[in-house]
Order: sequence, then C-alpha cells, then structure tokens
Amino acid sequence: MAKRDLISMEDLSREQVELLLDTAESFLPVLERDIKKVPTLRGRTIVNLFWEASTRTSSSFDLAAKRLSADTLALKASGSAVEKGESLKDTAITLSAYGPDIIVMRHPSAGACQVLSANTDASVINAGDGKHQHPTQCLLDLFSLRQTFGRDLSGMKIWIVGDILHSRVARSDIMGFQMLGMDVTLAGPPTMMPRGIGEMGVGVEYDLGRLKEADVIYLLRIQQERIKAGANFLSSLREYSRLFGITTARLHPHQRVMHPGPINRGVEIGADIADDEENLIAHQVFSGLAVRMAILYRTIVGYSDVSSGGEVL
Amino acid sequence: MERTWSRPGPALDLLLKGGRVVDPGEGIDEVQDVLIRKGKVAELGTSLEAPGGVREVDARGLLVLPGFVDLHTHLRTPGREDEEDLDTGTRAAAAGGYVAVFGMANTDPVVDTAALLSGLVDRARREAVVPAGFFAAVSRGLAGEQLTEMAELAEVGAVGFSDDGQPLATAQLVRRALQYVKLTDRFVAVHAEDASLVRDGHMHEGAVSARLGLGGMPSIAESIDVQRVLEVAAYEDGRVHLCHLSAAASLEHLERAKKAGVRVTAEATPHHLTMTDDEVASLESTLKMNPPLREESDRAALVKALKSGLVDCVATDHAPHAPEEKDVPFEEAPFGTTGLETAFAALYTGLVKKRALPLGTLVARMSAGPAAIAGIAPPAVRAGARADLCVVDPEAVWTVARDGFQSRSSNSAWLGRKLTGRVRLTVAAGRLAWEADA
Ligand SMILES: [Zn+2]
Ligand SMILES: [Zn+2]
Repeated sequence: MAKRDLISMEDLSREQVELLLDTAESFLPVLERDIKKVPTLRGRTIVNLFWEASTRTSSSFDLAAKRLSADTLALKASGSAVEKGESLKDTAITLSAYGPDIIVMRHPSAGACQVLSANTDASVINAGDGKHQHPTQCLLDLFSLRQTFGRDLSGMKIWIVGDILHSRVARSDIMGFQMLGMDVTLAGPPTMMPRGIGEMGVGVEYDLGRLKEADVIYLLRIQQERIKAGANFLSSLREYSRLFGITTARLHPHQRVMHPGPINRGVEIGADIADDEENLIAHQVFSGLAVRMAILYRTIVGYSDVSSGGEVL
Repeated sequence: MERTWSRPGPALDLLLKGGRVVDPGEGIDEVQDVLIRKGKVAELGTSLEAPGGVREVDARGLLVLPGFVDLHTHLRTPGREDEEDLDTGTRAAAAGGYVAVFGMANTDPVVDTAALLSGLVDRARREAVVPAGFFAAVSRGLAGEQLTEMAELAEVGAVGFSDDGQPLATAQLVRRALQYVKLTDRFVAVHAEDASLVRDGHMHEGAVSARLGLGGMPSIAESIDVQRVLEVAAYEDGRVHLCHLSAAASLEHLERAKKAGVRVTAEATPHHLTMTDDEVASLESTLKMNPPLREESDRAALVKALKSGLVDCVATDHAPHAPEEKDVPFEEAPFGTTGLETAFAALYTGLVKKRALPLGTLVARMSAGPAAIAGIAPPAVRAGARADLCVVDPEAVWTVARDGFQSRSSNSAWLGRKLTGRVRLTVAAGRLAWEADA
C-alpha cells in the first residue's frame, strides 16, 4: 500500500478533512483527563525533523506523539547532521534506519518534503516547507473555526490580511477554507500579493474598505526583514499598520480575529485584540495538540472508517 | 576556417535501404536508398545495391534526416567533468541525432583566452565523438567588465561569444560587445534576463507560482532585456543571437527588430516548446530551468514563431547536473535540464505528431537553421556532401529513464515520460557516431 503523506492540503479530500476534525474532537476528552495519554500508537516511532527553529510547532507535535504513547525522536537543525553539511537525502536515508512510521518535517525550502518522501518508507507530514504549505496549521485553524462556529462553515466570509506572498499558512488556509465552503478574500499591499493568486478563486483587496463584510479576519505575521533595503515589500511597519493593522476601531462586534502566531503587537494586530478572549487566537494554540494527535493517528491507521464518524476511543 | 573538431575514425561505408529521406534544404521527402562511401553521401536512388563489403541497413519505415546541430550545449568541460565531458557530451549528442554541438563558455575556468580554447580544441580532437565547437566568453571570467580578446579567440575557432549562464549586466557591455565583435565575423549570443527581476525566483511567475508559494521569474525579466539588447543591436548594427527565448513578449520585440533589419537570430528549447509551468506543481527539480517553463500562451507563441521561422532554430540548452546537486528540494536545486538525447523525440511527440509543426520544418530548424548561424556547412542528404545524417524510427515509443542516457548526467525534464521517435543511427563527419542496439 502506498504510504500516506500530508505535504499539501491538496493531499486531502473534504471527507478526509472532516474525518480528521472529528477525530481531533474525539481526542478532546483525553486532554481533559488527569492522565492525558492513550495507548493508541504504542510501539510506533515518530521523528520530528526541524531544519528551521519553531518551538511551538515542534513541541506541539512532540506532545501529540507522546499523548498517543508513540516513541519520539527529535532532530533539530542546530547540533545535528545539518551542520555537518549532510544533505536532506542522506539524512532521510540515515533516519530510515530507525524504521520510523512518521517523519514530521519543517524545512526552509519548498520541495523538501518530496525529496524526503522519495528517500524514506515513513509517511511524511509537512510542518511547513518554505512558502509552500503548512497543512497542519490549516487543519487546526479549521478545527478552531468549527469549535467556535459549528460544523457548517459554508458561506462564512473570511479575510486573510497581510503578507500573502511569503505565507505558507495563507496558501494552505485558502485551500482548507474553500474546501469547507468558506468565501475567502485576501487583503494586503500589492507588493505582498502574488501575481495570479486570484486564479485560486479568492477575492483580492488592496485596502480594508470592505473589511466589514468579513465574519472572520485572519491576520498574518509581518516580518521585519521585508523592509530591508532592496526588498522593498514595505516602506515601513508604521505605514503597514496604519493601512492594514487591525485595531478595535476597525472591528465590528461580530467579527472574530485569528492569527497563526507569533504575533507582532502594534504592527498587524492591536494589543487589546490579541488579549480579547472572544477572539480565536488562544483557541488556535489549544487546537494544535488535538489536531496533531488526529493527524498522527489517521496517518498511521488510515482514513477508511469514515462511517464510524471518527470515534477512536 | 574550422569551427568544430572531433576524434579521428574510419570513414564509413554504408547503404541505408528504403528509408524516407526528409531533407527540406534539398527539397526531398521521399523513399530513397542512401549510399555512403568513404564518409560521403555517394548516391541517392530507388534500387541501389550495396557494393561488395558495404554493410546494408534496412531503413524501411525509418526516417533518414540531415543530422542536427546544437548551438547551445553545456559540456561542463573544463572543470565539471563529473557532470559531462567531451566524450560523454558528444556521445549524448550522437544518440540524439546531432552531428555538431557547440559548448557554452561558462565552464571552470571560463573559456576566455585563446590558450584555454586551444586546449579544448585539442581535447575535442581526441575525445569528441561528433564534431564539437565552442563559444568563448564575452567578458573575462564572465565578470561583466572587461571584454575578451575576441579577434584572437575567433582565429582559434570560437563559434561566437557568450556570457550564457548570466545576462550581459549593463547596456554598456551589450554595446561594447556588439561593437567589438565586428572585429570578427562572429556573433554575440545573449542570455536575456533582467537580473533584478528574478532575484529569489525559482519558476515562472503566474498562477502556478502563486499557488505553490515559489518566488517568481516574470516573463518581463526576459522581454525587457530582449528589448534592450535589440535596441543596442539596431543602433550598432551588431550581430546578435538570442538564446532560449521563452516569453511571448520577447517574440514581439524580435519580430519588430527583424522587420527593421536588425541582424538578429534566435533559438528556442525543446522544453519551452513542449512544456508549461503547470508541470512544476510536482516540484520535481528536473523541471527547474532558467528561463523557466512558462504559460501555455507563451508556449503556443513560441511554436508559432518556430514554425514561421521568426525563431531560427531549436537549441537544447543541455545542462547536465550531478545527482547530488539536483536531488535536493526544488527551491535549492540549480537550474537546467539535459536535452540532447530527447530533443528530437520530445519535439516529434509534442509538436509533429500533434500536427502543430510539419516534420520538414522541425528538421530544418534543428539542422540547417542552427548550422547557418554557426557558420558551418548545413548537413544535407545530398550526393557529394559529407555524411552528416541520422536515422530515426518514428514509431518507436520509449520511456525516458534515468539509466538510459549516454550523458554522464540524468537530470532530464522528461524522466518517466513516454516519447515517440528514437534515433537509431547517427553518422557525423562521415563516421558512425551512434547506433542503437536493435
Ligand atoms: Zn542561458
Ligand atoms: Zn545555457
């Protein structure tokens, strides 16, 4: 049987996405128990291979694996093979000697997951590759949306605001949101809007004039390096936040804000919004664990028991 | 003046029996026997008999074509013989039906002195299976600053001058190169690209790159530089050749310039003529090249231009890379695909069989077209001419496989693809250069 990789949101059907979210929901009671552990993946090996620093995603995966009783092995870029100049292909071959069931990888370059997958029998889960995809972030975003607004998200209007060009989260989210029937609009400065993105079936806005139409506003992190001389994606953070920063004044009471973190207070998001419990930002962090447990579980046991409604316990 | 060199070998005697000879330059498209004696085409006819001791090849159902000429090959020699050398590169050429190839100068060291070029000529005399010639650099070390000694390089046999691998950095360098090259009867071949527009780029900029999150290389990066080069060429009346055109907008500039009498020629590659950026969604690093695969509208415009002759010739931009360089994430991979061994089959499959291009036109653009630019005698299936021809099975269906190459490298954009048309036999400079296992 072909192994199951999760590299892009395009690897999943809508049914599989729904099943993953149902599975994540069924893990929630486990996370509220005193002993937050189930024996589901005992004897399985899951490797975390992070070529880019990301404490939050790597620890979320690590904890998810441990909650499922899997053996885990973590390799970080610093201090491991990477520094010695070993190629990704060689690392993949070396790691395969441990017979892992899953390798979770973050890598700065698009196409890295394909190279890894071609050189290992393990299933590959993409924890972010360059500006390409970040499907597990998308799934936890969908989970937060569903926990907040109910199972049926169709027809909801979501705006993704910020640096679309450099955002793997935006690309995965566009696919995931659309898969569940949401209406997606992108907003940001023209320098950060990839040419041709409209062909994904999204609205494109260069200002927030129609922001009131949104039910949910998904903010992306603005990175300081985009202002560097020669890059010229932005003239200044000040101008960005004047034009695209989300402040209380810009929000209608019914609108909810999301952010994949880490946030830049005072740049893309006002401090009061970041702290407002009504928003989904804290929930997104919370969702990460259950959703990543569901992804690890489904990657190993498969998606075939759709009829059971995803009950796993 | 010699512009190609190859190793010595016995002059061929051979009778090709019953093949369909297609040589648009000679106005032939008919079944003819072709007798080769002492490395020359001795006779064409309908019922030739093999003289005593002359081997006869049953060519019924096969095409007999004038051999192909590649104006744009990266032979990686000197410096990267682990990727290709003159022996493997010209074997690959022979297996693709080529009877002459011209290597680009962006080697290590760069071909920028007469001494270095002479060394290459000597190596070609010892190693090349089909005649090989060489470009010399426009600027020393490809640094974009000081011109090479073009006159001396031309005397040693440079076919032309090119900094390919990179564009000519400034309009002033374009201008000086086009002025100075007039000391020779050669031309300047330009890799047109505005470098500032492709920084951090990995593929054509458009809907596919937006979806994949890969940095874009917009088509204007090429067309802006094409326009600049053509304006300078018009102003200086310099002779310029545009390498690997890929964007429809570049063709519009080219058409205007040709109409205005600018001395310009142009080439297009098999990959740009048959593939688009949609293919890149697989993130296969073999599909990463510069210029990048573009959109269907660009591809269609390129085919139309090849058909009309606006684009003068096909050139492979054969760019071998070591496996460890290409077995890396798409974003980290170097640009380039090999092409010599797949060129005819790719174009026959993608264009001729789909009735987008007549076979005769394809043959002309792969043979006489590039030969004219290089200043060598056009290969011809004509009595009295040196035997420079290939025999192709137009029905052979084959799958491009990693282990099936004569080239030392296997980074082919066609890996795993099924192609129709396979070169069975190549005669280059009157010698048997390639014969496929039956
Ligand atoms: Zn080039
Ligand atoms: Zn080239």
